[in-house]
Amino acid sequence: MKFTLSWLREHLDTSAGADEIAEKLTAIGLEVESVQDRAAALKSFITAKIISAETHPNADRLRLCMVDTGREQVQVVCGAPNARAGLVGVFAPAGATIPANGMVLKASKIRGVDSNGMMCSASELGISEDHDGIIELASDAPLGAPVAQIMGLDDPVIDVSITPNRPDCLGVHGIARDLAAAGMGMLKSGAVPPQPGNGPCTVDIGLRFDGAAPPACPVFAGRLVRGVKNGPSPDWLRQRLEAIGLRSISTLVDITNYISFDRGRPLHVYDADKLRGQIHARLGRTGEKLLALDGNEYEIDSADCVIADDNGVLALGGVIGGMASGCSDATVNVFIESAWFDPLRIAATGRRHGIGSDARYRFERGVDPQFVVPGLELATRMIMQLCGGAASDVRIAGAPPAPPEAIEFRPERVRALTGMEVSDVECVRILDALGFAVEADTRPMGVRAPSWRPDVHGESDLVEEVARINGFDKLPATPLPRVTPISGIAVSLPQNRVRWAKRLLAGRGMMEAVTWSFISPRMAEMFGGGAKELTLANPISTELAVMRPSLLPNLLAAAKRNADRGMSEIALFEVGPQYAGDAPQDQSMAASGIRCAQNPPRHWSHAGRGVDVFDVKADALAALEQLGAPVDRLKITADAPGWYHPGRSGVIRLGPKNALACFGEVHPAILEALDLRGAVMAFEIVLDAIPLPKSRGGPSRTPLRSSGLQPVTRDFAFLVDSAVTADQVLRAAASSAPDLITDVSLFDLYEGERIGAGRKSLAISVTLQPREKTLTDKEIDAIAEAVIAGVKKATGGELRG
Amino acid sequence: MSDLEAQTREMLQAVSDAADLAALEAVRIAVLGKKGTLTELMKGLGAMSVEERKIKGPVLNGARDQLTAAIAARAQALNATALNARLAQERIDVTLPARPEMRGAIHPVSQVIDEVIAIFGDMGFSVAEGPDIESDFYNFTALNIPPEHPARQMHDTFYFNEKPGGERLLLRTHTSPVQIRSMEKSGPPLRIIAPGRTYRCDSDMTHTPMFHQVEGLVIDETAHMGHLKGCLIEFCKAFFEVDNVRMRFRPSHFPFTEPSAEVDIGCRRRGGELRIGEGEDWLEILGCGMVHPKVLRHGGIDPDKYQGFAFGMGIDRLAMLKYGIPDLRDFFEADLRWLRHYGFAPLDIPSLPGGLSR
Repeated sequence: MKFTLSWLREHLDTSAGADEIAEKLTAIGLEVESVQDRAAALKSFITAKIISAETHPNADRLRLCMVDTGREQVQVVCGAPNARAGLVGVFAPAGATIPANGMVLKASKIRGVDSNGMMCSASELGISEDHDGIIELASDAPLGAPVAQIMGLDDPVIDVSITPNRPDCLGVHGIARDLAAAGMGMLKSGAVPPQPGNGPCTVDIGLRFDGAAPPACPVFAGRLVRGVKNGPSPDWLRQRLEAIGLRSISTLVDITNYISFDRGRPLHVYDADKLRGQIHARLGRTGEKLLALDGNEYEIDSADCVIADDNGVLALGGVIGGMASGCSDATVNVFIESAWFDPLRIAATGRRHGIGSDARYRFERGVDPQFVVPGLELATRMIMQLCGGAASDVRIAGAPPAPPEAIEFRPERVRALTGMEVSDVECVRILDALGFAVEADTRPMGVRAPSWRPDVHGESDLVEEVARINGFDKLPATPLPRVTPISGIAVSLPQNRVRWAKRLLAGRGMMEAVTWSFISPRMAEMFGGGAKELTLANPISTELAVMRPSLLPNLLAAAKRNADRGMSEIALFEVGPQYAGDAPQDQSMAASGIRCAQNPPRHWSHAGRGVDVFDVKADALAALEQLGAPVDRLKITADAPGWYHPGRSGVIRLGPKNALACFGEVHPAILEALDLRGAVMAFEIVLDAIPLPKSRGGPSRTPLRSSGLQPVTRDFAFLVDSAVTADQVLRAAASSAPDLITDVSLFDLYEGERIGAGRKSLAISVTLQPREKTLTDKEIDAIAEAVIAGVKKATGGELRG
Repeated sequence: MSDLEAQTREMLQAVSDAADLAALEAVRIAVLGKKGTLTELMKGLGAMSVEERKIKGPVLNGARDQLTAAIAARAQALNATALNARLAQERIDVTLPARPEMRGAIHPVSQVIDEVIAIFGDMGFSVAEGPDIESDFYNFTALNIPPEHPARQMHDTFYFNEKPGGERLLLRTHTSPVQIRSMEKSGPPLRIIAPGRTYRCDSDMTHTPMFHQVEGLVIDETAHMGHLKGCLIEFCKAFFEVDNVRMRFRPSHFPFTEPSAEVDIGCRRRGGELRIGEGEDWLEILGCGMVHPKVLRHGGIDPDKYQGFAFGMGIDRLAMLKYGIPDLRDFFEADLRWLRHYGFAPLDIPSLPGGLSR
């Protein structure tokens, strides 16, 4: 919402300048986007008259002008086709900065002839797009005068961002009212004296709705003005509209635009001679079309409210007028429409057709329903004043919606909710100044909102009004009282696990990424997702259309991008949500990572090694252990999901149903789909699957059971069938003497000719920890026998000779 | 006796002449061994008369002590020489590069979330959560955003396809649904923050379709807008790590708070640098207000008994402002160069006693 300072002063009696007003506007909730002082940039530009214009001796298209600046006569070379003797225009002396391009003007020679300044076009001054020629001012304009003043540009333009709850401030008068309430001056009366008519309105008007509730157009007023003369608007009107970025069209149209911005009251003017029969508001009919004033043809919907006559649709009511019935310079008799439309229907129509008019903007936010007739009167007066003519009586169909009930208001609620000390008297003063009708003698007070404030419904709205006009700078900054001297724990264990997972994976040399929650349908399907209920109806692009079932697709895509930039060693992880369905419990927190090394790093001390499955297995196990999973109860199975290499991947399970993590080499088909070269290792940990400890018995640890007795280590090598897993051998060994065996580790794996095909040798080291007394050789031998027997029983493995 | 003296001198000479430990050991055996020269001489003491023994005994003992000490000293010297020789041989080029290790880093979003938790945790807030896929009720209706509100239209909100029953789920457009979920779950009094992912159908220079917000909510019987102001001033001072911060509370409009405010923070731009807290420019950093009575009622809380405030701010934006990160869009690109440059060491765990940042 833009307006100029002088325009505001027509509604507000104030001595404050633009900056002071701007600061106050922001302080009361009408946020100033900019204050534009157009005069500042034009300070050195003055009016000047071309005394003589002759053809340049060395260039046919240029003219050699003598220009009278009021102080002196200077020679200027000018290329404009309209440069001629007698023209009064805008002169820029040497040293002036051209607003349009920032160029500093210098006295120079143009094709060998001195040129001491420039005659300017409107586009060079940055005030319009017009660059057909130099500006032509009135021939009686004083010479040497500042052009900002002569052209009405010495009026700062203030641009305010109006929140959607304040349609009353989409008119200058409403802004003035808020400023007056906040002490920035006196509000001038906005009352419009009725213009008596001199006979009945010969254009009939009507509302044709079949009991539709709420009515699309509850009230429609109009009147005829005969014998007008339309044409260009007077300078003051044109300058005001142009200052706020509107194009001046003709006086009749400019008047409606002016009132729209002056009072927030959109109107429409019809050429009455183009109307047939009753002008009425009704719902649209399928098949109807409207060629609108923006030059587009719209197909009317049965939910649109239209203004129509016997010939059909004239306008989309409250949104845009039609070309056929619009006013032109030939218009002699004008019909003025002032109606009130249902905001919701206006919004829907505007959205449906993609029309963003100033009228729609106001009607969909809520125009003052009590200003239908005053708005019509104001338009009538302005038309008669600027275009002449004689007005008919006013015709009204329907009635504005009933005003809302009074609100109970307790001034002490202002103090309780804001902490500001505002007296009852001041509360009443503020509400009164904003136009509220306050019954101040009762408790609670009874307050009626003015018709222009559709946003006010309850007591909290009134508290807000008082608080914002009183000023948020007066809010007493008060420390939040502590509930306990030392604050309690802010983060739950699952939340902490998310934080720990990030830091421990970063500590393992991986970079944390944060990537989109949505991915392409193709990727989602490759990772077991892509369900219909997880597909967005209005994605921003097809690449970001489905909620991700896994974090890996984005990490793999990131690996590809980084590899394309020449990164060879990539270790990325993300801790974030993945989605198995659309219910809250289907969203789980995952910690997933990838490692790949297209060119293994070379080092002087050892041969390079790429990454393999056991790197990511280590990542997953380390994370699980540090996050509190019961690692000694975890089992690893070889049935990872389909996006892993089926022979080089595993699932880390706690019991048969609870998969805590997967790891392995990413399936080559996935890498191919992503155009990723080389092997990529990945792991996925479902943080939410890690069980919470049953009960925390406090921070105390169990006592340390360390033996003073020397542990004993024995090595064994078993020949087993190739299908036997290391885990089977290790578990069998460990369980053969669970009281004494504290550790079993695998230190060698051999497959090869020496033991024949289909077999492998696994060498393990078993650590025995005696508890009470040193083990005798006999006891140790007995345990060794138990280990051999246990492994044989579980796996069929034989001790390798 | 001069005989013994000469012999002793000879033996001492042999000790000092021993070129290595093996030669020294040979000398030791030759002198002090079972059949060593001195040992033999000492054996002769037994056959001597008492008087003779009294004279010769101390002399021989003295010679033995002298030789033992000399052998020990020579052994020490030879050991040192041998060690030095070994050490000289073992010399390596310590300027050779160490074995490479990958360096990991924490994303600025995670770091800033931890910073925010550290500050509000100290003020007695606990962390609450809610799902990304939300219902219309939690994201809009319960927050007093009517069906016709522009935010509900396709323009801003990511919707899922309509379900057979007519329900249409969406991606939460703000973290405010957690307000309602927390009210329902815990009831008053409440003091929570809710950091998380949020989504809007928007993508340009300064908007990404996914971003991060942190919601704050305080509900009790007395919390007022002055507390809100105090709370946010303390937060900004702690977060931006400045002693003083210019702040401006501007009336604004949100359907779920009343009165509503937007908060600007003073800043100064000079060259490419942005200084927070002082200066003549303003930067909008958050929206806030007193929780609307209708919102309390939707959360099952009696607005005649309880009141409170809520605020919401952009985490990505906080990160950009504090750490001078220029472009929001880079946050979600997982470019290793960017992560390395703007990321944080895993041990940089923000805390109030230890400091939020290095």
